[in-house]
Amino acid sequence: MTEKLLEIDDLSVDYETARGDLKALRNITFDVNKSEIVGIVGESGCGKSTLISAILRLIAPNTRFRSGEVRFKGEDLLTASERKIRDLRGDDISIVFQDPMQTHNPVISIGQQMVDIQHRSKANKAEKRATAAKMLGAVGIPDPEARLSQFPHEFSGGMRQRIAIAMALMSEPDLLIADEPTTALDATLEVQIIERLKDLQRDFGCAILFISHHLGVIAELCDRVVVMYAGAVVESGTVREIFHHPKHPYTRRLIECDPGHIKERARVLPTIPGEVPDLANLPTGCIFRDRCDQAFERCAEVPPLTRLSDGQNAACWLNHAEEPA
Amino acid sequence: MLQFTLKRFALAALILVVAVTIMFLMIRAVPGDPVSIMLGPRATPELKARLIAEMALDQSIPKQLLLYFGGLLRGDLGVDVFSGREVTTIVFEQLPHTLKLIFSAITWSAILGIALGCFAAAHPNTWIDRVAATVSVSFIAAPAFVVALLSLLIFAVQLQWFPAIGVGEGFWDTAWHLVLPSLAIGLSWVGYIARLVRASMLEVMGESHIRTARAFGLSERRIIGIYALRIAILPVVTVIGVGMGFLLSSAVFTEIVFARPGLGKLVIDSITTRNYPIVMGAVLVSTGLFVISTALADLINALLDPRARTNA
Ligand SMILES: Nc1ncnc2c1ncn2[C@@H]1O[C@H](COP(=O)(O)OP(=O)(O)O)[C@@H](O)[C@H]1O
Ligand code: SF4
Ligand SMILES: [Mg+2]
Repeated sequence: MTEKLLEIDDLSVDYETARGDLKALRNITFDVNKSEIVGIVGESGCGKSTLISAILRLIAPNTRFRSGEVRFKGEDLLTASERKIRDLRGDDISIVFQDPMQTHNPVISIGQQMVDIQHRSKANKAEKRATAAKMLGAVGIPDPEARLSQFPHEFSGGMRQRIAIAMALMSEPDLLIADEPTTALDATLEVQIIERLKDLQRDFGCAILFISHHLGVIAELCDRVVVMYAGAVVESGTVREIFHHPKHPYTRRLIECDPGHIKERARVLPTIPGEVPDLANLPTGCIFRDRCDQAFERCAEVPPLTRLSDGQNAACWLNHAEEPA
Repeated sequence: MLQFTLKRFALAALILVVAVTIMFLMIRAVPGDPVSIMLGPRATPELKARLIAEMALDQSIPKQLLLYFGGLLRGDLGVDVFSGREVTTIVFEQLPHTLKLIFSAITWSAILGIALGCFAAAHPNTWIDRVAATVSVSFIAAPAFVVALLSLLIFAVQLQWFPAIGVGEGFWDTAWHLVLPSLAIGLSWVGYIARLVRASMLEVMGESHIRTARAFGLSERRIIGIYALRIAILPVVTVIGVGMGFLLSSAVFTEIVFARPGLGKLVIDSITTRNYPIVMGAVLVSTGLFVISTALADLINALLDPRARTNA
């Protein structure tokens, strides 16, 4: 029996905006098991970053939780005390945020920032610096001791991303969340980072929640995949199942456009005809209906995310064909 | 960093030259024959002629300017028309009083303003924020000379807590004499700095790296007090540097109200008597003060902001 580390259960999140509530996440449900690598894939704007910031409540001020739970080791984080959440942050759960160019404090040296985040450790400053240098070395930053005294702007984007990963791994978290950690990088660096993440996962045994809009990377790295579209999970399952037998037309289109090889990547996500629905003004029925070439009458109703085979879930009426309407 | 410092001071020197030139020309544009006003009813043709020759007023304006800069380079700002004492001596006698006033005012108002601004930014849109905003805006709205007069009446005349006039002697007495004048010119700065820090803090608090700091469980105190403030303070340093100019002008009023010796009082006195060398000397030193403080602000910024260091 696999042990559940993170359970996202029926999570719905809105952003309050001038145009009304933007329904950024709707009834999101999936799990991450211990030491497992789960990928989240979906076009830009489908709510991936919202989802991961909701997990540790590192949210924008206009965020409103509407329903659901985010359980970590069985405890709901959405109702946990501020104290409890802070104890988890950067200790049991670490996050690598999306934009490496903005993620570090521009006026504090990298070494100081890496020392500061070890605030839970009893070690003295010299020991903390040594730990920091060791971590930088582990993510492939050459001459780490000397670079500790440098500032973020003195590093390239790829290096900053690796520093962010080093910082996130320093506490040996149980769960590492990485939001498009390779999007800002060129293909060679991307491969390097993926390899590094695999090594680190093996060495530290942490679970990884890996967000990307690039299927190839997901295929390379992950055990399971969650496919998101316009704020909802449309399909989830093992990498093997999803890539070989996609059950949702959206997943199918993604795979057609992006053959899933990390080296021959599609830099921009596959263009699928039609537009992503306006989240502040949701259409009725299946969320993918406007762009789906297989839509039929029943799609005027919202299809539930249904368990199909072992571990695979999809939200599409095509999988219910034999049932009565 | 060295190169940056050199560049910045070269710029400062250039600003100073331009400022002195403008001031020099402006003084000469004031209507009325300065020599007659200076000498008043005592004016005899011989006396006038001597004064004109001494002040080189018979030369062309560019020539006068050159002579002035020539003197300046030798550290010679001319002599007081009446007493014959060196202008540099007179100005540097008065300077410390003004400096003490300005620095005490900027120090207490910066500390209080930054604290108030951070406090407001830490509780945005709450009653705390609104109280801080009301306090700040009413401080900003209070003109220095009104605060000076009111505080003089209340704390010095009525309550007699603080001395009303003079600068005092020895450390404690001097400090005691500084309280009211420094309150007068610093008060609006408290409000101004608080508003600035709040706005700047709120902007920084919305940046991604603050979320990163939170994601590592750093305490809110450390995040606000170090991670955000180190960035939010940068525009404040610049404003304080430039604000030295305004502080100097409010110091003029304050020195008169509290009958404190100082540059402000010196300038007013010598303008009324057309004592040009003193006016020029005092203006030169205050401009220098202003130029140095803006340059210093830039240098402090460069020290605080590694990005500015490499780009410069
Ligand atoms: N603070 C916010 N206020 C309003 N809308 C937001 C906010 N943050 C994100 N959004 C919107 O929510 C949707 C999901 O955004 P995001 O989670 O960043 O998607 P992704 O990471 O998949 O690109 C987008 O439509 C985005 O414009
Ligand atoms: S439910 Fe209908 S519209 Fe939605 S994906 Fe399936 S077939 Fe397409
Ligand atoms: Mg995103």
